Amino acid sequence: MDYVIEFIPQIARGLNITISVLIASALFAYIMAFFSGLCRLSNNVIVRKFTGFYVEIFRGTSLIVQLFWLYYAIPMLFGIQLGSNWWVGVFAIGLNYGAYLSEVVRTSILSVAQGQYEAATALNMSRFQRMRIVIFPQAVRMMLPEFGNYTIQILKGTSLVSLIAMSDILYYGDILRGSYQQQTPIIYGIVLVLYFILALPLIWLTKKGEKIAKKGVAS
Amino acid sequence: MDFTYWSWDTFLEALPFVLQGLGITIGLTFSCFVFALVFGFVWTFLQRIQNKYIKAVVTFIMEFIRSTPPLVQLFFIYYALPVLPVIGVTLHPFVCAVIGLGVHFSTYIGEIYRSGIESVDKGQWEAATALNYSTKDKWLRIILPQAFPPTIPMLGNYFIIMFKEVPLASTISVGGILFMARTFGSEHWAYLEPITIVGILFLLLSYPSALLIKKLEKKINHRFNTSVMTKNTNA
Repeated sequence: MDYVIEFIPQIARGLNITISVLIASALFAYIMAFFSGLCRLSNNVIVRKFTGFYVEIFRGTSLIVQLFWLYYAIPMLFGIQLGSNWWVGVFAIGLNYGAYLSEVVRTSILSVAQGQYEAATALNMSRFQRMRIVIFPQAVRMMLPEFGNYTIQILKGTSLVSLIAMSDILYYGDILRGSYQQQTPIIYGIVLVLYFILALPLIWLTKKGEKIAKKGVAS
Repeated sequence: MDFTYWSWDTFLEALPFVLQGLGITIGLTFSCFVFALVFGFVWTFLQRIQNKYIKAVVTFIMEFIRSTPPLVQLFFIYYALPVLPVIGVTLHPFVCAVIGLGVHFSTYIGEIYRSGIESVDKGQWEAATALNYSTKDKWLRIILPQAFPPTIPMLGNYFIIMFKEVPLASTISVGGILFMARTFGSEHWAYLEPITIVGILFLLLSYPSALLIKKLEKKINHRFNTSVMTKNTNA
C-alpha cells in the first residue's frame, strides 16, 4: 500500500501530456472528420477521390506504423520539423482517427431520409442552406455515439506517444519499472486505473450521446 | 521538395529483411483472433448469468479492459506477470501478445455474439419452448444457426482491426514486420525505407481483405435479410 501512495504522484506527472495529447488530437480528428467527410460527398470528382485516398491510406495501416512513419520519415523526406514529438503524436492520432470518423460523418449524412432532401429542395433552399439547416443537424445527432466511442479509442491511442519519447503516464510507469522491478504489477495497475478514470467521463458522454441519438426517432 | 534522402538501394536491402517478419505478423493475427473468438464466448456466457451482482462485475471488467490501452495491457502481461506472487510465470513474448491482444479484443467479440443472440426474434424462443425443445436443442438448432451468420461480417471486420493492432507487439520484442523494420533501422541508421515498406505491406494486405469483407457482408445481408446493429463495438 505504501508503494501505491508513493507511485501515484510520480506516474501522475504524465497526466498533463496524456490529457493535452488527448484533447488536441481529438479536436484535430473531429476537424479532419467533418472536413473529409463532407469532401467525400462533394460533386467534384478530384476532391472526392483525393479525400478517399487519404481515408483509405489511414484506415488501411495501423496507428503505430503511422506514428513511427511520421516520426522518422517526415523530417527526412521533406526536411520539415514538425516542431516537437508532441505535434508528431497529435498529427498521427488526429489523422488516423479523423479518417475513421470521416466515414461516420459521411454515412450519417447519407442516412438522412431522402424525403428531407426533397422537402428542402421544394422549399427552394440552396444546396448550402439545405445542408446547414436541414440535413446537418439531423446527421450530427446520429454521429454522437460513434464520436464518443472513437474518443475513447483516441484516449487508448495516446498511450502510443510514450514510444516516441513523450513523457505521458505510461512513460513514467516504464521509468518506475526500472527501479522497482518487484512492484511492476502495482505500477502498471496504477497506469491502467488512471486510463480508466480518464475514460469514465467519455463513457458517460457516449451513453448520453446514444440517448440523444435515439430520442424522438421512430424505430 | 527533394527526395535525396530516399535511397532505392536501402529499400531493396530492407525489403527481404522486413519480409522475414511477415510470417510472425500474420501468425500472430490468426492466433489472437482465434483466442478472442473462443474467449468471447466466455464473456457472453458470463453476461447471461441471471444474477445482478455477477452481471455488474462482468460488465465492469469488460468495460475496464475495453477502455484501457492494449499497449499497457501488453506491458502488464509481459513485465508484471513474471513478478506476481503465486501465479507468476514468464511467458514467451509471442504468447504474451496472443493473451494481451486476445483478451482485449475478446471483450468486443463477446459484445458481437451478444448482439447476434439478441437479434434473434422473440417468437423463435417462444416457438422452441412451445415445441418442447431441450435447452441444448434450442440453442444448437434454433438460436445459434440464426444468431451466427449475421455476425460473420462484423467478426471479419475485427479480424482486420486486430491485424492492424498486432504491430503493438513489436514493443515487447515480437519479431513482426514493424519490429524487423525498427531493427533494420537501428542497425543501418535508415528508418525511412523500412517503415515505408511496413506501411505498404499493411495497405497491400488490409485493403483487399476489407473489400472482401464488404462483399461477404452484402452476400450475407442479402441471404438472411438482416443486419445486426451493435453499439460500443468499435476499435
